[in-house]
Amino acid sequence: MNELPETPGNRLDPWFGSYAARAHGMRASEIRALFAVANRPEVVSLAGGMPYLEGLPLDVIAETMQRLIATKGTTALQYGSGQGEEVLREHITQVVALEGVSAHPDDVVVTTGSQSALDLVTRIFVDPGDVVIAEAPSYVGALGVFRSYQADVVQVPLDADGLVPAELDATLTRLAAEGRRVKFLYTVPNFQNPAGVSLSAERRPQVLEICRRHGVLVVEDNPYGLLGFDGEPMPALRSYDTDGVLYLGSFSKTFAPGYRVGFVIAPHAVRDKLVLASESAVLSPSNASQLAVATYLDTCDWKAQIKDYRELYRERRDALVGALGEHLPSASWNVPKGGFFVWVRLPDGLDARAMLPRAVTARVAYVPGTAFYYDGSGSDHMRLSFCFPTPDRIREGVRRLAGVVNGESELVQIFGTSAQLDPDADDVEGPAPDLA
Amino acid sequence: MTSSAPAPSAPAPSGDPADSSFGPAGSDATDGGPLVVVLSGGLSHERDVSLRSGRRVAEALRSTGIEVIVHDVDADLLTFLRDTRPDVVWPLLHGASGEDGSVRDVLDMVGLPYVGTGPRASRVVWNKPISKAALLEAGLATPDYVTLPQSLFRDLGAQPVLDTIVRRLGLPLVVKPTEGGSALGVTVVARAGDLPRAMVECFAYGETALIEQAIDGVELAVSVIDGPDGPEALPAVEIVADGGYDYAARYVAGETEFFAPARLTAEQATLVSDAAIRAHQVLHLRHLSRTDMILDRSGTAHILEVNVAPGMTEMSLLPQAVAASGHDLAALYRTIIDMALAPVR
Ligand SMILES: Cc1ncc(COP(=O)(O)O)c(C=O)c1O
Repeated sequence: MNELPETPGNRLDPWFGSYAARAHGMRASEIRALFAVANRPEVVSLAGGMPYLEGLPLDVIAETMQRLIATKGTTALQYGSGQGEEVLREHITQVVALEGVSAHPDDVVVTTGSQSALDLVTRIFVDPGDVVIAEAPSYVGALGVFRSYQADVVQVPLDADGLVPAELDATLTRLAAEGRRVKFLYTVPNFQNPAGVSLSAERRPQVLEICRRHGVLVVEDNPYGLLGFDGEPMPALRSYDTDGVLYLGSFSKTFAPGYRVGFVIAPHAVRDKLVLASESAVLSPSNASQLAVATYLDTCDWKAQIKDYRELYRERRDALVGALGEHLPSASWNVPKGGFFVWVRLPDGLDARAMLPRAVTARVAYVPGTAFYYDGSGSDHMRLSFCFPTPDRIREGVRRLAGVVNGESELVQIFGTSAQLDPDADDVEGPAPDLA
Repeated sequence: MTSSAPAPSAPAPSGDPADSSFGPAGSDATDGGPLVVVLSGGLSHERDVSLRSGRRVAEALRSTGIEVIVHDVDADLLTFLRDTRPDVVWPLLHGASGEDGSVRDVLDMVGLPYVGTGPRASRVVWNKPISKAALLEAGLATPDYVTLPQSLFRDLGAQPVLDTIVRRLGLPLVVKPTEGGSALGVTVVARAGDLPRAMVECFAYGETALIEQAIDGVELAVSVIDGPDGPEALPAVEIVADGGYDYAARYVAGETEFFAPARLTAEQATLVSDAAIRAHQVLHLRHLSRTDMILDRSGTAHILEVNVAPGMTEMSLLPQAVAASGHDLAALYRTIIDMALAPVR
């Protein structure tokens, strides 16, 4: 071929060479594309983490919103302060008091969901190459934030009682010996996403002592703490240590995620930086949303609503766990005492990622465990959510899933290997936020 | 554009007389353009791609001033079509019922004109081994292959069968599901030891695997559009994907370098155009198609597959070929709509 016409190649993105290094991991995978079917009614989705909002008193909420705009419209629709509305911050101190946190409204920074709090915390603490410690597995959305700030995430195993203190200690000791800079421990102590486990009361002070000894800040992310199915909420890590713990909370799971209202409670020096970081990110969180949530807390029986949610989710957990026992005895799982998720270990040799296309064909969806690991491991697990589908749909979903697992098991037996897909650890493999 | 002999007349819609309740509203559509329904979505593995294709095509058609409704394929499709009475339907469904002919069968049954190939030919193209056999019969080149269902490996034992395949076809091999697109479930296997894993990945998408020789050469896609004097080929698009043209390489902008037109000599360009036109003809394709092939060093164009519903996303190959040809994409889509509206010859 010596008479080639000179035509330039086209990458279909004129800015391909311009992206920041931190954007390089921002690419969707075929796994994520497979979730596209999950919102279709024919598919039982056990994949997403959307709370079930049909239990909310929508008529009452509509009326309060109407009154809010009619009476406080010029405030609600105006810019607000970077730290958030004082009336809401006051309510927040009462909410977190249920978990033993004593906070002053001044310690609270309101954010656009706790997701934005995670972003701000990472922004002010993490330089590229710094280490963040997380649980193995950990919340996919947090891993995405850490990746976008080019952190190096080291994941520490958890068991039925949550993060394992001895492993945490050993990891921090090793990293110190390697001269690595560890900035914080990110932990979801209650009804963890995705593992469903909680950090035991006994381990809470141990984890804090280890972090204090190693000079490592603790970022406690607690959206599910009030959604326990039995007993009282556990004391938050923040209730033991106000200097060493940043507490992240959210109204997404206890009320409604559409308002996008979350918050951080922080020591004052950190709080000052968070407020400035928040102003540069969003100027101010939505005033309309904040006042809406404040009005809801003020005028509705929010504690009764949380109780209703607990009953609803408990029934769904029971449906999921019961169906797993009936249809998937070859797998193993924990029985979460709250929250939204069951973490399932597949029978030996199965790869949850490779199996997902088969699940789509069978019209059931789950999230492969690989989404919850920074290094792409975790393919032997899947996360099942019980928050959105009704108990009947959950049972139907597990029945379909059993067929999928059996089909894949037969295949693995025939070929003596799983597909062992080599995931690109950078790819976005979690479902989109608007996925049921 | 290269053109060749006129296309054989498209197979006429078969079956019962059309149900007139689906016919276009007709008389009241006096304000000019036809009402188009774009079908996209569905429940296949390629739903996401289909939704993207549907949005792009709808946008382009609307820019020509015609009314377009995008609709998913679900249980209320027939009711929707009966209520909407479109003049023409454009099925932009990738995978499963959208490409295997069944949605087209339904459209034929209710007597609605649609863009693209009819159900019988779609069924042939949808199944890669069947279409490969048809291409071979017509004297076109396609990589040597075997087609094997999962049950065969179960009954005869995987290793002996895999050993036989390697002895027969050599290495490297490409393992792919017999149905479906977007490179889903496709693996290039260079070492025999990697074959079992590739088979497991493939069988997660379907019951039967196509295993073919991997051909070394220039990867090309040639789109074909029916014209007044028969099918015409658009300029070939050359694909240079470092890690293989997999799903991410197809749909993440920046991952793949495209050359449109492909870096070919005039002679090579004619050769690949002719191959695509021939494929379009011998498979009885209508309106538009895309043929994917590899041009090897010896100058043979090996056809990998032919598509009756080529992707129409902003990343897809047919729209790139249209741009390279100097045509306006929206105008061309409009021409295709008019073709579908014209009475069947
Ligand atoms: C552990 C965890 N943290 C944070 C979030 C984000 O919640 P928000 O809606 O408050 O941003 C979620 C949502 O799923 C979560 O599971």
